[in-house]
Amino acid sequence: MTRRYLTVLFLILMFASAVMGGLLWHLRNRAHQRLLTGQESTPTQAPAVAPVEQATLFVANDAEDSLEPRTLTLPLPASPPERARAVLGKLFDLYAAQGSTHPVPGGAASIKQVFLLPVSRPQASGPNPAKAPVEPKDAPQLAVVNLSGSFAFTHPSGIEAETLTMISICATLHANLPSVAQVRFLVDGQTRNTLAGHADLSRTYLTADAAATTIPISGAKP
Amino acid sequence: MAAIGRPVWLFAVVAAACQILAPAQTPSAPAARTQARFTVVLDAAHGPDDPGALLPEDNSAPAKEKDVTLALSVRLRSLLAARGFTVVTTRESDTSLDAQHRAETANRALAQACLLLHASSTGSGIHLFLSALAPAQTGRILPWSTAQSASIERSIALAGVLNASLHHAGMKVTLGRASVSPIDSLNCPAVAIEIAPEPQSGARPIGPQDPAYQSRVAEALAAALLEWRSAPPAEFHQP
Repeated sequence: MTRRYLTVLFLILMFASAVMGGLLWHLRNRAHQRLLTGQESTPTQAPAVAPVEQATLFVANDAEDSLEPRTLTLPLPASPPERARAVLGKLFDLYAAQGSTHPVPGGAASIKQVFLLPVSRPQASGPNPAKAPVEPKDAPQLAVVNLSGSFAFTHPSGIEAETLTMISICATLHANLPSVAQVRFLVDGQTRNTLAGHADLSRTYLTADAAATTIPISGAKP
Repeated sequence: MAAIGRPVWLFAVVAAACQILAPAQTPSAPAARTQARFTVVLDAAHGPDDPGALLPEDNSAPAKEKDVTLALSVRLRSLLAARGFTVVTTRESDTSLDAQHRAETANRALAQACLLLHASSTGSGIHLFLSALAPAQTGRILPWSTAQSASIERSIALAGVLNASLHHAGMKVTLGRASVSPIDSLNCPAVAIEIAPEPQSGARPIGPQDPAYQSRVAEALAAALLEWRSAPPAEFHQP
């Protein structure tokens, strides 16, 4: 005849075994879910690392009403439009950083795209007008900079502040991509009259004039 | 025949008299006109639909650029009128105006100076901006969008006079060129004036909304325009 305490002990052990089995099953499922989640967030392709190069940024200074050339070492892609976007992104990161000399929120995300196009020239009237002339490698280019709407919305309003932003973009593009002769601006892919109520965004800016000066002179119209 | 011949004879006498008198009148006529009517256009930037920059205040809601420019315009108008100027303002109250309308008002006035008034919370001192257009030859017909190109040299001269007067009043002044509507469409010597906070040693800068600061700026601008009326070459005054 089995003693009573042995029966109770057996039942307790059975109960503990069942609880431990259930806990084990739960922990196993949780680890499995975690593993699946981790697999989904793992990048399938490692990001391409661009070679590090020196870039010259023309950084606006509100207190001095000027542009200051600053040379930085950055990873710069080989593709000119990506290169232009990278240098402008760094410029905007400087503006968004704490203690900036020209505080503008937004950072690199404010540059949505940069397109490079050949500067339009009058059509030559020759015997074979259908044949397009071959553009030389260093032919002047027009950069179309597409800014984000939030950047324009949060930009400080004022002639000086807006003009400094515009000419710092032009001067920085010219310093790193000398073929960029003209710059036009879009906001969220659309044309816009002003950046934040003052600086004209509907005109074409000449980069050479912006780069040639350290005071806020935005150059002549073409 | 005699009835027809007599008026012709009279006309010839009058024409000859005019020819004799004309050389004596020509040099003094522009001077007399300049002395009698020296028009200044004041454009207080922005309006109800476009408040412009917000200028932070210590203990209240931020001031709006449109109100600051209007207040400065009213102060300056009073000072100039008291000094014998003919003053044309693009707005006298919180009314909505587009750039085209402002340029129309200014160009119709055939002014000898056009001042576009702005205010900002960034930078310091007074910012003077000229049009970014390249100078061009004066023609009888000017393209609307680039009319200022024919007046750039006179605008530079006006900016120089304003700069000297503001410096004399102890203010920090910076000069620049910018594309700000409606300056490119104006056919008069035109300068955009942006009032930024005035730096103070060891204290917070004085904002453009401060009435005393505005009064000092208005006094300096009025003194500059007096100088502009009397000193510069006569050709700068011709509209």
